[in-house]
Amino acid sequence: MIALLVRDLRLAVRAGGGFGLGLAFFLITCTLVPFGVGPDGALLARIAPGILWVGALLACLLSLDRIFALDWEDGSLDLLATAPVPLEAAVLMKAAAHWLVTGLPLVLAAPLFGLLLHLPGAAVPWLVASLALGTPALSILGAFGAAVTVGLRRGGLLLSLLVLPLYVPTLIFGAEAVRRGGLGADPTAPLVFTAAITAASLALVPFAAAAALRINLR
Amino acid sequence: MTSLWEYANPVRFMRTSGRVLRWLAPLTGLVLVCGLVWGFLVPDDYRQGATVKIMYLHVPAAMMAINIWVMMLVASLIWMIRRHHVSALAARAAAPVGAMMTVIALITGAIWGQPMWGTWWEWDPRLTSFLILLLFYLGYMALWSAVEDADSAADLTGVLCLVGSVFALLSRYAVNFWNQGLHQGASLSVKSGERMSAAYKYPLYLCMIGFALLFLTLLLIRTRTEIRTRRLAALHAREARA
Repeated sequence: MIALLVRDLRLAVRAGGGFGLGLAFFLITCTLVPFGVGPDGALLARIAPGILWVGALLACLLSLDRIFALDWEDGSLDLLATAPVPLEAAVLMKAAAHWLVTGLPLVLAAPLFGLLLHLPGAAVPWLVASLALGTPALSILGAFGAAVTVGLRRGGLLLSLLVLPLYVPTLIFGAEAVRRGGLGADPTAPLVFTAAITAASLALVPFAAAAALRINLR
Repeated sequence: MTSLWEYANPVRFMRTSGRVLRWLAPLTGLVLVCGLVWGFLVPDDYRQGATVKIMYLHVPAAMMAINIWVMMLVASLIWMIRRHHVSALAARAAAPVGAMMTVIALITGAIWGQPMWGTWWEWDPRLTSFLILLLFYLGYMALWSAVEDADSAADLTGVLCLVGSVFALLSRYAVNFWNQGLHQGASLSVKSGERMSAAYKYPLYLCMIGFALLFLTLLLIRTRTEIRTRRLAALHAREARA
């Protein structure tokens, strides 16, 4: 399992593109928003939690189809399915690699982007915390979507249609935690809900994703 | 006594559903027309005026939108556990009907909301969760049409329906948390007893029954179409091989 994780990470780094792409997309989203709504600092501060979360979500979505597509094309997915490791664990490792490559950089860079959008200083720790707790759920749910659409032509568009409604609860709780943090209210309740969604997703979704992969490999 | 599962045999299903449809369709028409006409003739509400009448479309459609998703979930589970093809096809046949019910509920809600709340759309928990439900329906239908192999499509949509149900439920409560709403609570409830006068209530019951029957009729017709489509595809495939 660890070997699989290392292999995926190494592939992601060597292939280039995928690694910084999510981050660059996040940056562009945050740059475009002020052009869209005007450079009003107070307004930006108010909408920043939502924008940052939506941006993170879209950046995550961008790289989802890469989770299984490359392995599907060169046939290594078949090998993974017949390997002694359960497919559920392989899915989990794939999602972990995806999170390390796209989710973690977003978490680390989030304070900087918060600065761009005039996010109140009090909200910054909560932004980092909610992203750190929420983005693993995005990765594992995305792995499920990628598993469902892996064999399809033009699966990318369908993937976003399938995955985005699944992201709704995570987005609501994550952004709510940041918003409350910025207002000085107590953000623990939404933060705990975000963590709960992540924990439940990590526990249950790999089974659904592995089932979908087995159907597609049949 | 024959087992219920024998209706999973397509031939048997076609025969029985054909016989059932012969009287189910007229009954549906009768109940729907009676319910809607009665609903149209109720006196205007002292507060809502004539707009109260939109309730007779809105409430049954909203009810069916949720019930149809539950029916799809049950049908998907039956397919995944017992591999009955009719069950999978019924789930497929139900999805567009459910999506239309969701759209009807959203549109009638908007038409009612304009004069009542002064807005076509509000980011209210109930409204928003219906919009999300519509997205789930769209994704489900898109996946059905995207996968070529019929059995794989049935399996994948079944898994999606399962995961989607959990998240649809989760979203329902998440949006509650996110925004306190404008939409009134349930109009009919067993616990709170009388909340609506009988003059409004009985036509509403009739409309609800009518919508449920309408769904059943459409479901049977659409499932029959799906079975025929599948037979046609099988015939074409055999011809191509010969």
